[in-house]
Amino acid sequence: MKYLDEYRDGKIAAQIVDQIRRTLTRPWVVMEVCGGQTHSIVKNGIDYLLPAGVELVHGPGCPVCVTPLEMIDKAHAIARLPNVIFCSFGDMLRVPGSDGDLFTIKSLGGDVRVVYSPLECLKIARANPQKQVVFFAIGFETTAPANAMLVWRAREESLNNLSLLVSHVLVPPALEAILDAPGNRVQGFLGPGHVCAVMGYREYDPISARYHVPIVITGFEPLDILQGTLMTIQQLESGRATVENQYSRILDREGNRAAQKLIASVFKVGDRKWRGIGTIPMSGYHLRDEFSRHDAEKLFDVAGIAPLEPEICISGQILRGLKKPHDCPAFATLCTPQRPLGATMVSAEGACAAYYTYGRHLSPHGFDPLHQAIRETENVHANR
Amino acid sequence: MPTADEISKILGASGPDIVPASAPFGSCPLPIFDHKRIVLGHGSGGKLTADLIEKVFLPAFRNPTLDKMDDQAVLKIGNLRLAFTTDSFVVTPIFFPGGDIGRLAIHGTVNDLAMSGARPLYLSAAFILEEGLAVDDLRRVVESMRAAAAEAGVQLVTGDTKVVNRGKGDQIFITTTGIGIIENDVNISADQARPGDKIILSGTIGDHGMTIMSQREGLEFEGAIESDCASLNELVITMLSTSASTQRRDFIHTMRDPTRGGVATTLNELAKRANVGIVIDQRSIPVRESVKGACEVLGLDPLYVANEGKLLAFVVPEMADDVLDRMRQHPLGSNAAIIGEVVDTHPGMVLMKTEIGGTRVLDVMFGEQLPRIC
Amino acid sequence: MCLAIPGKVLSTFDQHGLRMAKVQFGGVVREACLEYVPEVQAGEYVLVHVGFALSRIDEAEAERTYQALRELGQLTELETPVDDELDERAQFVPVKIDPGGDGR
Repeated sequence: MKYLDEYRDGKIAAQIVDQIRRTLTRPWVVMEVCGGQTHSIVKNGIDYLLPAGVELVHGPGCPVCVTPLEMIDKAHAIARLPNVIFCSFGDMLRVPGSDGDLFTIKSLGGDVRVVYSPLECLKIARANPQKQVVFFAIGFETTAPANAMLVWRAREESLNNLSLLVSHVLVPPALEAILDAPGNRVQGFLGPGHVCAVMGYREYDPISARYHVPIVITGFEPLDILQGTLMTIQQLESGRATVENQYSRILDREGNRAAQKLIASVFKVGDRKWRGIGTIPMSGYHLRDEFSRHDAEKLFDVAGIAPLEPEICISGQILRGLKKPHDCPAFATLCTPQRPLGATMVSAEGACAAYYTYGRHLSPHGFDPLHQAIRETENVHANR
Repeated sequence: MPTADEISKILGASGPDIVPASAPFGSCPLPIFDHKRIVLGHGSGGKLTADLIEKVFLPAFRNPTLDKMDDQAVLKIGNLRLAFTTDSFVVTPIFFPGGDIGRLAIHGTVNDLAMSGARPLYLSAAFILEEGLAVDDLRRVVESMRAAAAEAGVQLVTGDTKVVNRGKGDQIFITTTGIGIIENDVNISADQARPGDKIILSGTIGDHGMTIMSQREGLEFEGAIESDCASLNELVITMLSTSASTQRRDFIHTMRDPTRGGVATTLNELAKRANVGIVIDQRSIPVRESVKGACEVLGLDPLYVANEGKLLAFVVPEMADDVLDRMRQHPLGSNAAIIGEVVDTHPGMVLMKTEIGGTRVLDVMFGEQLPRIC
Repeated sequence: MCLAIPGKVLSTFDQHGLRMAKVQFGGVVREACLEYVPEVQAGEYVLVHVGFALSRIDEAEAERTYQALRELGQLTELETPVDDELDERAQFVPVKIDPGGDGR
């Protein structure tokens, strides 16, 4: 597939790794912001390929992980109502609330439907005028244009049985929260490629300047991540701190103006609670008042749920890059993708889930026998 | 491992999914996390399914044959070895590119038998029909079964029909059983796998599962994907006759068709069953461009997508190339490839060398693979 | 987050007042909304997320990026013996599959 396959070339990957090795004079800690980048790193074993001086820590870029428990409970309460068709991206189906997940609700007779695109909700609403169609609109800025279009078209077509439960979050305030947190170790960032395809990267200049951290807007394929890492290391080694664009085939500094325009017409920025982190001011989107009749949070009386987070979960620290999954005593023992206790295990993109899926749970607390076995195999072949 | 009470205390919430191991069939030493209700994931062939079998079915029906957990039971009756299997088919939609529920029922059952090296002979089919099903649709399904049985060289010798109320049966469910004979010098089962065995995959993966997924609302893809539904018994006979000169037939240790859960789940099952390690190379795995494109768009991994006309064979290393050549001469094996080997390190675990030269663990699927946006 | 895939625009059309396109990803074709990339024409490549094209892929820029990546290799003059030796040992046979339509 064009523009995908060529960014998975193993030979070039090895060459970039070697270039990183030659550039490195001291250890650095770099955070990749996006859950999709975490996924790509762990899936391809990129962190195993990198030289030991580069430590990749995983960021909060997983909208599924950071959706607050209260919001999930609200979604579940709505999905349980008779006469409601509850539509959601597949990612949210297995996320447990305080009492079951959407799959469980479906098994008890709830009309829960997986959609690939928010536009499908328009079709469903048109076809079911006597039912309330509710769409769980989660995501970072990347998904905001699609969700915005859904609300816009709902109003244009007067689809008054269609509403959105909005839980949108924004990346730049999250980066600042990470950099502000005591004990922060992150020295550079691989910026979120697809978020910036929508928003551009103007917002990252002041962050880079204020905190003196390099931010390299990076794509998702292995070569993208490796090149982004190289560019970040080059900046760190030379003491520079600016915003650079590795993903230039997809985006430029301005981003997608048309998308930004519609987003601004439909959403306003407000405070949002991030699961595992807490409330970050001005870090999310809410529907503007003129779209109230499509705002599920206003239409449905779903107040009064007191969610209960397991105390043992340290996903807040993981989302801020302070800890790794195998630092958590519950990792892979009490807490698995089958029985997630917290944010970073619930979604395939979450760091804990990614680590578990790609077999990093062989021995918690640091030592990774798989890594050892791979190194030994490579040594054997290198010495032949 | 903490007790269920300790776990409940730690978790705090009275989540419905935490239930101490009730033991209608006898006590269980480990605390269990049970779903109180069956969810769709229990039918996906991944961890949830395995869990259900282990915790609900096996304790009730334990016996040496069942414990082997192959896709077919091998029964010794006098001097004869019979392969015996059963299967159910509930696919929606009932008609899809490349097949239908009837064709699937015949080929699926034949394949379960063929994977033990048996010659499939006789099938039964029980139909559960939903009130309101068009008789023409039923005719189409039945005609498809007739053609499939003829293709496979088996006979449908007994059957049953029931009808359930509208809304209780999703158009048509088919349950089958199948019997075949295993010749004396053929000994193929999961626990025969040995380190050094080469792993051969008979062709492209993900065709069936992506076809079904593409028929779902909102996931339509235009053209180019159809189910690979087919009977593999002829291919197996071809493979077994590789060594015509020596009449040797012991060079295939294990075979399995990677149906739901895909190649990754099946390799894991085999690795655990035989207590061996498996290493495969992602770059050697054949995938059609159309299936690859569909998987990329939905965020799915072809290694976990169902197949209905493919097999995995563990073959002794000295015969692997010859078996591969034989397979490639058969229409159902034209894209066959050696994708990996069985090793004695990391028993029970499947490792994969990735496209970019890294290595990762290939785990079992949990429940259904769902399209994702992240 | 943000699973987004590059695809080739085959044709454009209007539906319910929205500009749409048929986009080809590898061997399959799906619809996507072009409202956010109104300048895109058939034959061009776009990045698609949840059924929406978010940006037009700059082919010249892509070529430049890839060229830069290739050149990185020439700087380091690195061989990759590990891959070849592993291939020899394991005798894996990569099989190229043509886009749809070839016999099974």
